[in-house]
Amino acid sequence: MLQFILRRLAVMIVTMICLTLVVFYLVNLEPNLKKLALEQNNNRMTEEAVESWLEKEGYRRPLLERYAEWIGNAATGDFGQSTRFRKPVDEVLGPRIGYTGTLMFWVMITMVPTALLIGVLAGMREGSKTDRSLSVVSIASTATPEYVSGILFTVLFASWLGVLKGVSKAGGIDFNNFALPVMTMAIYGMGYIARMTRASMAEVMTAQYIRTARLKGLSFRAQVLRHALRNALIAPFTVIMLQFPWLLTGVVIVEKLFNYKGFGWTLVEAADNNDIDLLLSCSLVSVVVVLLTQLISDIGYAYLNPRIRVS
Amino acid sequence: MLEYIGFFDIWATVIARFWPVWLSLAVILGASYHFRRSLSLYGRLFDSRIGMVGLVIVLFWILTAIFADIVAVFDPLQQFAMLKRKAPGVIDAETGQALLFGADNLGRDLFSRMVHGSRFVLVIAPAATLFAFIVGITIGLPAGYYGGKIDAFMSFLANLVLAFPVILLFYLLVTPGIRETPIPIAMAGFFFIFPIIFFGVLFYSRYATRPGLLAVQLAGTFLVGGWLYSGLVFNADPLGIITLAPNELNIFASVVFVNSPTVFRIVRGITMDIKTRDYVAAAQTRGENAWYIMLWEILPNARGPLIVDACLRIGYTTILLGTLGFFGLGLAPESPDWGSMINQTRAFIRIVPTIALPPTLALAMFVLGLNLLADGLREQSLKD
Repeated sequence: MLQFILRRLAVMIVTMICLTLVVFYLVNLEPNLKKLALEQNNNRMTEEAVESWLEKEGYRRPLLERYAEWIGNAATGDFGQSTRFRKPVDEVLGPRIGYTGTLMFWVMITMVPTALLIGVLAGMREGSKTDRSLSVVSIASTATPEYVSGILFTVLFASWLGVLKGVSKAGGIDFNNFALPVMTMAIYGMGYIARMTRASMAEVMTAQYIRTARLKGLSFRAQVLRHALRNALIAPFTVIMLQFPWLLTGVVIVEKLFNYKGFGWTLVEAADNNDIDLLLSCSLVSVVVVLLTQLISDIGYAYLNPRIRVS
Repeated sequence: MLEYIGFFDIWATVIARFWPVWLSLAVILGASYHFRRSLSLYGRLFDSRIGMVGLVIVLFWILTAIFADIVAVFDPLQQFAMLKRKAPGVIDAETGQALLFGADNLGRDLFSRMVHGSRFVLVIAPAATLFAFIVGITIGLPAGYYGGKIDAFMSFLANLVLAFPVILLFYLLVTPGIRETPIPIAMAGFFFIFPIIFFGVLFYSRYATRPGLLAVQLAGTFLVGGWLYSGLVFNADPLGIITLAPNELNIFASVVFVNSPTVFRIVRGITMDIKTRDYVAAAQTRGENAWYIMLWEILPNARGPLIVDACLRIGYTTILLGTLGFFGLGLAPESPDWGSMINQTRAFIRIVPTIALPPTLALAMFVLGLNLLADGLREQSLKD
């Protein structure tokens, strides 16, 4: 097990290096550097002024040398300076990740139980009316991306009913301004988890030990709660963990839609202004989230299901 | 004073505007239903209610895209300065025609824009999915079949792309700045060579012993492939039929790039499963070429899950294209695609609540249709 984790960690580090190198290469392309120079100074700079500014700021040194320098600094915890916010990157990114963490927390808290409930209810009697209608509900929820459902909810709740707010401010969180973003994200992700849970539940309900339980004369309730549920929830665990990377994209959309100034909003700002150091750190954060959740899901899967042995 | 038509008039006119769509829908469904017994998987779709609903929705949008010029009332780019942000049903004084779903922030007819927006999605999404599938299949088959080092390397590359947050990748790959560099053309040049390789190997592995037939097939592949390739990648189609603006090429190549690793993983998984079957062992014993086994024994037997995934993936690509429009990436500002429309109108939903509804509902409906269709296909293909 330990060896498995170590090997995965090594692959993770290689992946991180490759990915940041790609990002580094792309943000340092000639047009992007020019954009940065114009954004940092004034938009009516001459070609020579751009060139001399880039030279002065050290953007003209060899790419690999600068990348090695960045990696060296990042390894010691210095992530550089944000050109957009004119502050060190960790000062910008730290609080933003916190705000997004809060958002993610509430999304998970509402999404996971609802999705599991829908999946279990649909899967315990496969082919029934409940199953069919819940399946359509979960298909509809996966077919509605955040920028669609977010707008529909804003129109419905904020414009017509006037109960919730269409903008949410990072920091000052209450039900009125936080319900819409959470709802928007939770509903898009819910359908997928619910469908996986349903499939897993439906499979478990046909297993031998459920038949035994039924033949023992246990009530349907006891069959489901005591025997089926625990085994049916192993597969959705992986799916839930693998939802995190997808949540990152969702976070960017939802934060832009509701003007919630968290991690996703920062990423968009950094990308719009070609803020090199900030963008590199953003990609580092997202890659770590993606790879870490994959690792946790693999380990957790092996732990939950003793029949699986990691090799 | 502006005049409006009522709620029922709006919907009656909308339904009437779609007449070529209804007509063709009736013809296609009628014909398919009549011949359903000889149409294999597609025909059996009529036994599944969910699949039927999905099929009708998808066909509706395909036909709308085809007949967009007839269905739309106005030119999607025409601006009515007097009618900015007006509610649905407002009448344009000059032509006497109503702007059925109202006007956007620049006074353009939302109904016509929504109808024309289907074109962009229905051209790019299926085509990009098809290319992603060919790339994924061409790489996934040998990775799954041979395993070992090739597999490890390819899987590492695929995971590398998949570890990127999609949105960041698009912010880096689909910008006006990138189009000044040779990267989009290089990317397109790399991905679009795969169909030529795929069909070349496909024919070669089967007909190598019949040189006459093979020559015809290979000549056809290279001719058609070369024609498409020059048109798509270099925008230099000698016949002038296929043109792709640089920004569309950029989007197209990036979408293929994002989708192909997922397809690769699916194909690899299915191949690893199918290669243990008896008919593969039989082919190996006959001494068949490895590529023959992959392309003519394994691939046809993997078609069920691949067709289902293709439906889902077109929907996913539609969502992706909408995301691009939503972030204002890569598309011309006046482009009537659904994502850009959502992005441009969403600031005004407090003033006119209906202003963002046409593109949002259109997109949701199309993706829902694809998902229902995929579900119906899955259900029917499992019945074998």
